[in-house]
Amino acid sequence: MNISTIRTAVIATAVSLLPFSLLAETAEDKGLAIAIEADKRDEGFGDSTANMTMELKNKQGDTSIRYIRIKTLEIIGDGDKSMSIFDEPADVKGTAFLTFSHAIKPDEQWLYLPALKRVKRINSKNKSGPFMGSEFAYEDIASQEIEKYTYKYLRDETLNGIDCFVIERYPAYEHSGYTRQVAWINKAEYRPEKIVFYDRKNTLLKTLTYDGYQQYLDKYWRADQMFMENHQTGKSTKLTWSDYRFRTGLKDSDFNKNSLKRAR
Amino acid sequence: MKRVLTGITLGMAVLQTPAIGGEWSGYVSGQFRGFFEDPVDPRQHNTYLSAAAEPRFDHSWQGGDHSFDTRLFYRVDQYDDNRTHGDVRELSWTGVFDTLEITAGISKVFWGVAETQHLVDIINQTDLVENVDGEDKLGQPMIKLSTVQDWGIIDFFVLPYFRERTFSGVEGRPRPEVVIDTDSDAIYDFEAGQDHTDLAVRYSHYIGEWEFGLSYFSGIDRLPSDFFPIAFDPNGQPTTVVPVYSLINQAGIDGQVFFGDWTWKLEAINKEYRSGRRKGSHTFQSVTGFEYTWVGFTGGVSDLGFVVEYHYSDANKRETIFDNDLATALRYVMNDAQSTEILMGFLTDANTRTAAGFIEASRRFGQNWLLEAELRTYNGTEEGRPLFSFRFDNFVQIDLAYYF
Repeated sequence: MNISTIRTAVIATAVSLLPFSLLAETAEDKGLAIAIEADKRDEGFGDSTANMTMELKNKQGDTSIRYIRIKTLEIIGDGDKSMSIFDEPADVKGTAFLTFSHAIKPDEQWLYLPALKRVKRINSKNKSGPFMGSEFAYEDIASQEIEKYTYKYLRDETLNGIDCFVIERYPAYEHSGYTRQVAWINKAEYRPEKIVFYDRKNTLLKTLTYDGYQQYLDKYWRADQMFMENHQTGKSTKLTWSDYRFRTGLKDSDFNKNSLKRAR
Repeated sequence: MKRVLTGITLGMAVLQTPAIGGEWSGYVSGQFRGFFEDPVDPRQHNTYLSAAAEPRFDHSWQGGDHSFDTRLFYRVDQYDDNRTHGDVRELSWTGVFDTLEITAGISKVFWGVAETQHLVDIINQTDLVENVDGEDKLGQPMIKLSTVQDWGIIDFFVLPYFRERTFSGVEGRPRPEVVIDTDSDAIYDFEAGQDHTDLAVRYSHYIGEWEFGLSYFSGIDRLPSDFFPIAFDPNGQPTTVVPVYSLINQAGIDGQVFFGDWTWKLEAINKEYRSGRRKGSHTFQSVTGFEYTWVGFTGGVSDLGFVVEYHYSDANKRETIFDNDLATALRYVMNDAQSTEILMGFLTDANTRTAAGFIEASRRFGQNWLLEAELRTYNGTEEGRPLFSFRFDNFVQIDLAYYF
């Protein structure tokens, strides 16, 4: 065999493999591949803490503010553990949620009521309910796991000058409030720029837009602002994040019923 | 008093450490109570105004591993001297040492899962003069050790001092026709009296959708075992009584499980009297029921919950109105920005058909105001039935609180 034959063979092999894999990749495969890559890029953050301001606005423009502190512990191979502690409104100050989120099983969730000093297990089968009166459902703010959806790649599109993949995802969780979501994923950074939600009747429900992305630890992108607009009610919720800290040393023991009671 | 001083000294010491996350919060509130009918006793009134304040100071350090919590409460009532009262709801230090958590001072704990009666919840005394629903509790001096393990949480309690239950005063309302005098000394039918050191232990855990707890308490029953008459009318009928407190051992079990949108609940206690007239006798009480939540029942975001709880007691009827009763309630949660909620229902005694009805509604206004309204009714209160004393005591209560 001479060199050119070898080269031809190698090229032939490469060529034969390449188009096959491309041809075999369905829109579903490509959608899943994008989700896997996005998940991979967010892996390994360990833990994080952040402050969140939630501004609720109704159709008339009346606003209501909540201040919430959030601690998150990354759990490899399962949904994350998180604790949300309310600072405002003042009448719910000290109220806290402890959540062990899961992709397709119901989450485990406990609510701490400081006035009664009562820890109450919450029936979290329904993840579609609003989080503290906002336009965000529990399932919108929960950690995003690959298994939560099945995917389909739709097209490439430029969104506000950003090259995006547009993918459609279908909730795997049977009690989800959505039939589908259309997500614009930044091609360069694999982070969501916009998500459109369709309700159980497949009617346009909400649009979530991300703004002011910042990179932490040279790897993890977090948006400073998340704006959720409900097209059916005219209400909206703006989340403003600040003081993001990563790898703060949070442990599993910071996420149990006793630490929930101590959260303040 | 010595204990209180120790607590304050501890508090001062803590306050001198560099403040990280120390902050004030709390509320001040005004309350109106209006009764629909004239009272049984002419010394009572038809409308009552009162004001309350509950300042809180929380301070934590070492990343939250140590904390100091203070909650003080004071209410001034227009007429009821007993309802004009203050309480140190909380004055405690909590420290975390690996898997061990220690709390020392005055504190509060809650046990149990039921909504309409708290059977296993025995650590804190009920501040009954605050509200007839018994949800308000007095601060309890304690040392609590708690450990979180893979197999569950164990809490040990040493409770060195007993708090007596509060009751409405002569001019207060609602109250039983016979005045329960809390100014005179209560009777303790055992040696140590109020200084008796109570002990308690609780184990709780969860497995999947199941939550459960086992508890054991040895000490002074928070509920008086009897009332001793100290004043009589000309016919020899008692007009004033004092509570009698007894020692008990109480074993409790509580649990709940989710099945879809259903939550099934159970609380049960077995109480053994260790002193006094009933020494050696046992009583068994239970609450069993469910809560079903219809999520988004109007097609929107509000929830409608149905609560049904059955109360059983083998004790004779004079001791408890929860002997064979059914509590049914509807909970409407709007899930709106103002956190609007309405809970309404009634407790019906299956034997006598006496019923106690209630509506509780709350809504936030602006960022800091909370308006709460309550209606309480007593129905089927014919003579000889458990709530006969309260036959004219249907009332509305409106609370407006400013939180800071």
